[in-house]
Amino acid sequence: MNLVQAINDALKLEMKRDPRVVVLGEDVGRVGGVFRVTQGLWDEFGDDRVVDTPLSEGGILGTAIGMALYGLVPVPEIQFADFIFPGYDQIVSELAKMRWRSGGEYSAKMVVRTPVGGGIRGGLYHSQSPESLFIHVAGLKVVCPANPYDAKGLLLASLRDPDPVLFFEPKRIYRASRGDVPEGDYTVELGKAKIVREAEAAPGKPAVTILAWGAMLYEAVAAAEKALELGVECEIVDLRTLWPVDVETIAASVEKTGRVIVVHEAPKTCGFGAELVALINERCFLSLEAPPVRVAGFDTPFPYTLEMDYLPLAHRILPAIVETARY
Amino acid sequence: MSQSDTQQIPQQESPLTRPSGQLDHLADLYRQMLLIRRVEEEAARAYAQGKIGGFLHLYIGQEAVAVGSIAALKPEDYVVTTYRDHGVALAKGMSARALMAELFGKATGCSKGLGGSMHMFDAQTNMLGGYGIVGGHIPLAAGVAFASKYRADGRVTLCYFGEGAVSIGGFHEGVSLAALWKLPIVFICENNEYSMGTPLSRSMSVEDVSMKALGYGIDRDRFFVEDVLDVEQRIGEAVQRAREMSLPTLVEVRTYRFRGHSMSDPAKYRTQQELEERKKKDPLFRARVKLVDEGYGESRLKALEEAIEAEVADAVEFANTSPEPDPSLLESTTYDGPFAA
Repeated sequence: MNLVQAINDALKLEMKRDPRVVVLGEDVGRVGGVFRVTQGLWDEFGDDRVVDTPLSEGGILGTAIGMALYGLVPVPEIQFADFIFPGYDQIVSELAKMRWRSGGEYSAKMVVRTPVGGGIRGGLYHSQSPESLFIHVAGLKVVCPANPYDAKGLLLASLRDPDPVLFFEPKRIYRASRGDVPEGDYTVELGKAKIVREAEAAPGKPAVTILAWGAMLYEAVAAAEKALELGVECEIVDLRTLWPVDVETIAASVEKTGRVIVVHEAPKTCGFGAELVALINERCFLSLEAPPVRVAGFDTPFPYTLEMDYLPLAHRILPAIVETARY
Repeated sequence: MSQSDTQQIPQQESPLTRPSGQLDHLADLYRQMLLIRRVEEEAARAYAQGKIGGFLHLYIGQEAVAVGSIAALKPEDYVVTTYRDHGVALAKGMSARALMAELFGKATGCSKGLGGSMHMFDAQTNMLGGYGIVGGHIPLAAGVAFASKYRADGRVTLCYFGEGAVSIGGFHEGVSLAALWKLPIVFICENNEYSMGTPLSRSMSVEDVSMKALGYGIDRDRFFVEDVLDVEQRIGEAVQRAREMSLPTLVEVRTYRFRGHSMSDPAKYRTQQELEERKKKDPLFRARVKLVDEGYGESRLKALEEAIEAEVADAVEFANTSPEPDPSLLESTTYDGPFAA
């Protein structure tokens, strides 16, 4: 199963299980979504539960918040994460604050699904990774799966979570990421990172922790393979849930290796890497053997050409690994 | 009346037809309007004393809109409103204590003191919030109505906003979806003629807000607020259309606020003469005159008014003596579950 199929499977399963779940968005019904993630849902669940909307992100998200206040579990799809900004006000001003401003009386439980990231030559309006803009807004949870198993399990966990979740789907690996996905119900706990590659540091043999998520996880793995040939071991942490971040798993890894690299597609300045490095400094300062490093997008709009230079691909991660290991 | 000639509106039943007890009903609406007026006056006093901070937008002058429209609802129906939300909250049945304590920022307030004046919220009375971003709550209210329709529970949502909100995208997105999906909602534009300090003529190309309904193919209504019973009747028609036919209506209610936009607004953009003229038409005052004229009895009115004074004094005392919220409340109300602090 690929990532698209796994997400589709999770939606289908939860819609059967929970009549409160309603999918809405542009082209999600008859068309099955621009990336076909909601394909077949409309045929199975009909107009009432799979709702085609006009191009109206503020309307989609605002309506979804009202539905959630009333006890439904809306799953709005925003066609591209880049299109979320007309509805950003609804997310920041209303969705994130609902539980708090009602003194804990109401929450707006929903999952906003949206494809994220570059690598499909989408240019400046179809490639961005705006996760830190949502992490910065207290009250939201932010998830980004890197494989079909996690995608299904994290989506089911998100749909059952009492808080609003931004579910970023790395579109570059929508179909490229394949793997076994169990039939039926299971969840992957929110807020738990996963060590996808372990490493041990030894005297004269440095190891480096790499923090990554989504499509860039595969670049980190590719760089780690190359680094091994150069005698540097890498421990790779797939964050899976970006917020609330699993700082315990990160700190344990960095305390072990003393060296850390954060990889993300978003521009470097004020990207989530900045927060991760700050957390590491707070938690692991005395364990550090080298300055933490960020390998990220550039502080520019996302380019149409030069895309493979803009993205923090393996060829950009590898020199950072070597430098950090030799520091 | 409704501008639609395609929709037949069925005959009204309760609560609009009250052959007996009409005067008692008017007295009850007068009581609610007076409660709002007196709570607002005491809030203004507390603001001047520094007990209420930040922003305070008073509903004085507009009471008949909230009270009359909510009189047309059932208790389980929903209301969603703007930052000028005290009147709607009280009319929906929230206690003066919870409101005043919220204004004072106390733990006993309706939102535990975290929201304040613009962000009232009361789950028990289905008051789904006052919203501080102009127009942002309009699609949200459409979503509440969507959920009503989805669950077929027969509930109606009232969504209030000022004429200033009509120029913002959220208004059009919310009304567009409500019209497309035929949602049981009444959009009530409380047109008080000034969006902050800018008069209608300087902020809208077409001053008749109800005209916006034409583009979306929904019913509309438009009237000046003079009599609270009239508001109940007119909004009641739209509520009935929502409840029985699941159709939205845009109602423009022309009203007037007697105070500035907020406590920091001296309202120099209008003349004293204009204000005095409008005060003569005060629906609260008119309701009292009507009660006296129709023989409700001065002594009963006095008793009613004394009870309001006691209720408001109790609310102020309650707010004064209530504890401040504990800082531990901050994180624990941001997230639920294992991530809550």
